[in-house]
Amino acid sequence: MLLIRCPYCEEDRPEVEFSYAGEAHIVRPVDPSLMDDAAWAEYLFVRDNARGRHYERWYHIYGCARFFNAVRDTVSDKFSMTYKMGQPRPTDAEITEANNDGLS
Amino acid sequence: MTGFRKTGCGRIAEAQVIHFTFDGKKYEGRKGDTLASALLANGVHLMGRSFKYHRPRGVMGAGSEEANALVTFDRGPGRVTPNVRATTLELFDGLVARSQNNWPNLKFDFGAINDVFSMMFPAGFYNKTFMWPKSFWDKVYEPVIRKLAGLGPAPTAADVDHYANIYRHCDVLVAGAGPAGIAAALAASETGNRVIVADEQNELGGSLLCTPGTIIDGQPAWQWLKESIEILKSRQNVTLLPRTTVIGYYHDNYLGLVERLTDHEKNLNPDKPRERMHRVRAGKVILATGSIERPLVFAGNDRPGVMLASAAQIYLNRYGVAVGNNVAVFTSHDSAYEVAFDLSDAGVNVASIIDVRPTVSEVLLEQARKRAITVQSRAVVCRTQGRLKITGVHIAQMQDQNIITRPTHIACDCLLMAGGWTPSVHLFSHSKGSLKWHDDIGASVPDLPNENAVSVGACNGTFGLTAGLDEGAIAGGGQGKFSTSATEFGRGQTWQALPTDRDPSKIKAFVDFQNDVTEKDINLAIREGFKSIEHVKRYTTTGMATDQGKTSNLNAVQIASKAIQAPVQQVGLTTFRPPYTPTSFGALVGYRAGDMFEVTRKTSIDGWAEENGAVFEPVSLWRRARYFPQGGEDMHAAVTRECEATRKGVGIFDASTLGKIEIVGPDAAKFMNLMYTNPWTMLAAGRCRYGLMLGEDGYIMDDGVIGRLADDRFHVTTTTGGAPRVLRMMEDYLQTEWPELDVWLTSTTEQWAVIALNGPHARKLLEPLVDGIELSPESFPHMAVREGTILGVETRLFRVSFSGELGFEINVPAHYGRDLWEALIKAGEGYGITPYGTETMHVLRAEKGFIIVGQDTDGTITPDDAGMSWAIGKKKLDFVGKRSLDRADIKASGRKQLVGLLTDDPDIVLEEGAHIVATSGQSVPMTMIGHVTSSYWSAALNRSIAMAVIKDGRALTGKSIYIPMPKKTHEAKICSAVFYDPKGERLNVV
Repeated sequence: MLLIRCPYCEEDRPEVEFSYAGEAHIVRPVDPSLMDDAAWAEYLFVRDNARGRHYERWYHIYGCARFFNAVRDTVSDKFSMTYKMGQPRPTDAEITEANNDGLS
Repeated sequence: MTGFRKTGCGRIAEAQVIHFTFDGKKYEGRKGDTLASALLANGVHLMGRSFKYHRPRGVMGAGSEEANALVTFDRGPGRVTPNVRATTLELFDGLVARSQNNWPNLKFDFGAINDVFSMMFPAGFYNKTFMWPKSFWDKVYEPVIRKLAGLGPAPTAADVDHYANIYRHCDVLVAGAGPAGIAAALAASETGNRVIVADEQNELGGSLLCTPGTIIDGQPAWQWLKESIEILKSRQNVTLLPRTTVIGYYHDNYLGLVERLTDHEKNLNPDKPRERMHRVRAGKVILATGSIERPLVFAGNDRPGVMLASAAQIYLNRYGVAVGNNVAVFTSHDSAYEVAFDLSDAGVNVASIIDVRPTVSEVLLEQARKRAITVQSRAVVCRTQGRLKITGVHIAQMQDQNIITRPTHIACDCLLMAGGWTPSVHLFSHSKGSLKWHDDIGASVPDLPNENAVSVGACNGTFGLTAGLDEGAIAGGGQGKFSTSATEFGRGQTWQALPTDRDPSKIKAFVDFQNDVTEKDINLAIREGFKSIEHVKRYTTTGMATDQGKTSNLNAVQIASKAIQAPVQQVGLTTFRPPYTPTSFGALVGYRAGDMFEVTRKTSIDGWAEENGAVFEPVSLWRRARYFPQGGEDMHAAVTRECEATRKGVGIFDASTLGKIEIVGPDAAKFMNLMYTNPWTMLAAGRCRYGLMLGEDGYIMDDGVIGRLADDRFHVTTTTGGAPRVLRMMEDYLQTEWPELDVWLTSTTEQWAVIALNGPHARKLLEPLVDGIELSPESFPHMAVREGTILGVETRLFRVSFSGELGFEINVPAHYGRDLWEALIKAGEGYGITPYGTETMHVLRAEKGFIIVGQDTDGTITPDDAGMSWAIGKKKLDFVGKRSLDRADIKASGRKQLVGLLTDDPDIVLEEGAHIVATSGQSVPMTMIGHVTSSYWSAALNRSIAMAVIKDGRALTGKSIYIPMPKKTHEAKICSAVFYDPKGERLNVV
């Protein structure tokens, strides 16, 4: 069972408190009516399904009930970092730094 | 009969004689024995029959790696455990156990005919042989195979014991309390760390328990062990868990430990759990799980009396039991010599040491000479003799894997085998730590950890007492400068299958004893083209028994490696998976058994329903009253009566399970506009509207009546099962897409009890009880909501109807639910008030064509498919799902649409889910155009009614369709789904 850091509670909590919520940084278009069918289908259905580094959302459903973002490796299942909703996608440097912090 | 019990040897009390029964025969044992040690003390080696060939098998090991001696442990009905290893079953006075997989008995087993015809049972036998005819598999092949091949029968009575579980946290978890583990725990706990030490055996100490002659830091090993354990016990920060197996090692240092609490106790305390699962989150894990000795692979290596040398040492030095009177030792490793010397020193005759290696260390040879033990090097046991027990061996000289001399025979009553040592890397491997191959020990050892874990001692490939103690202490944060009398651990060679002087096609050299896999099976698999060890494993079943190949995996890999002519690293090692040893379902389930298996949600009115004979049905986690039979009514009679009473008088229904969400804030209406298809801006406070919610894909997700209590406050209801996912979806959009909206969402499902009153008398019944709300049709019209009191209790009163009759839904704080219900029943006596359940609710709504989301919709139904385009706010720029409704394939023709069905025969009630076809008499497979979603007997119409989704169904109104059923094809006509009171006049009765 994974330990997941909720960036709002600022605590490492067990996985059973959380619910997975799909890929992160997929922004709902401001005006969907302006999109053609192909672009809308891309938004609705197409996901990265990355092997390795994955940006994803989690929901602290049995905690603070907040959605937040995370960087996790889908092979090792290791979290590099979690961050608040609305923050930009972390850079490679930030992820490397977070990984190093995790190892120390 | 105590000829095998050696006085002066072992740790168990000589005086404490106890009795036990094996296969119906009574025996004597000692307190502290295992079943295996006690049987050996009685000279009994034969403890089981093998899985496939039903060969007689004796005990092979002395611990949890045991592959042969599996027995059924019988403590009476509900306490029968099959496949218990005799080597781990602690003896108590009165213990009853029996052997398995034999008929009529262990000594004469009819199934052993399999052994005679074993040339018919090669690897992949089942896959190859029982292919056809296909119909034979279920009825003939599988039952016969299951009867003849297998382990102990599963118990038939339910488990009467209960099980516990506990969550624990610690700084350091030490798995295994051998010397390395004890040293690690001593060092780690010295600085105040919270330390848990778990060991699967009843006594802590591991290998120290069978090496009494060793000196550690000037003390005899057992004295050092005793004092070390006392130190650990005296430390408040240390938890010692004997009889506790670490069964699995999961992410982020999360481990499962199963503690056995009562299986060793003579008197069962019914209040005590049988086992306890500890779920431990550890800061650091120190793995000190030791190693397991490997059998040698040679002809007849499975005869009762052939066992691991290390096991013989344990039986002698820990239990005071000699495994034989005249013991031969067959080895490829130095470690067997110490065992031979211990046996010799205890008065057992060592017939010979047969060593496959060309040279043996002079130190060992000198020790052997001192004891007059003959040592034959470059020699091999090329076959064994004896039926139910070994009587002798044939020994020959060997060169380059070939026999070069005529075999000579020596007699023995036990043969010890020592094929080197396999580090127990199972837990390290569970945690996704990588392994590396070490040619010098012929085994894989831990390489890079994936968690904060460190392996110490033999499980790390660090053999030898001093090195293990030091490595343990250093891992625990200490110095590790132990001095011991232990000599160097010694070296060995690992071998593949050994040669025989017999026709190789006629002999059996076992690799996996529990699954009856021989060296020939593995070679055959490779000849047939299997190259990966994962495939070889599945084809031959080697390593797939309940012991997970603890004694067989490395022999199998090395035989495969030789056959493929590729290095072992290339052949690979099969994956280790939890649990480390077989684990009871009880331990995994813990408290969540019986009534605790799943939550049953009950409304505040549930008790009344139960007292009044309701028949219940589960609806998501809720249990709901389905109908209230009276005087022996069946469901049909009860529902017909309930429907009529509601349409003609007044019915009362517990609707408390409806999901409820309070949406509050300055932007509440704006948020509602985005979440639901309907327009909300113009809805006045005090009015309600039916709300339809879509997923972003445009399909119906949920629905419910929503009341606007104030400009900034909505009382939202959802379907009973949909409440959590609706709230989650709302939170998702609010938090991640529109965080600028000033809105709060609160689940209020369990805050309100909801009682629905439906029927022409509903207003008359309610009027005298309500204060502060004018109920006249003018001031409280259909789809209105008011706040006031009922019998002095605050209420949110909705005028809504899910039945088509004049209807009210009374919301009161949940704890007033039952009081109000009983008051309404009493007040309604004069009106013939009738309680009804979910079945009547369903019939009444179906008569009106109201959909149930999840029954009449299936996640691919759009509002238009459901005939509900009217629920979409046409002027709205956006709402969740709106854009998807414009996708070309959503607008295309050919979609299934919701319609009503009337069967030509009014007495036929169609089956829900039945398929629909356009024409009768089609041959199979027919072309399906839809299916029945709802179907009931309608009391009001005195005939059956149904709803269905049918391809372009609305355009087919008036046309016939067909419902083919096994016995008959029914014909029905498509109609409007509103069967009753299509103009809705009954809502307005005064």
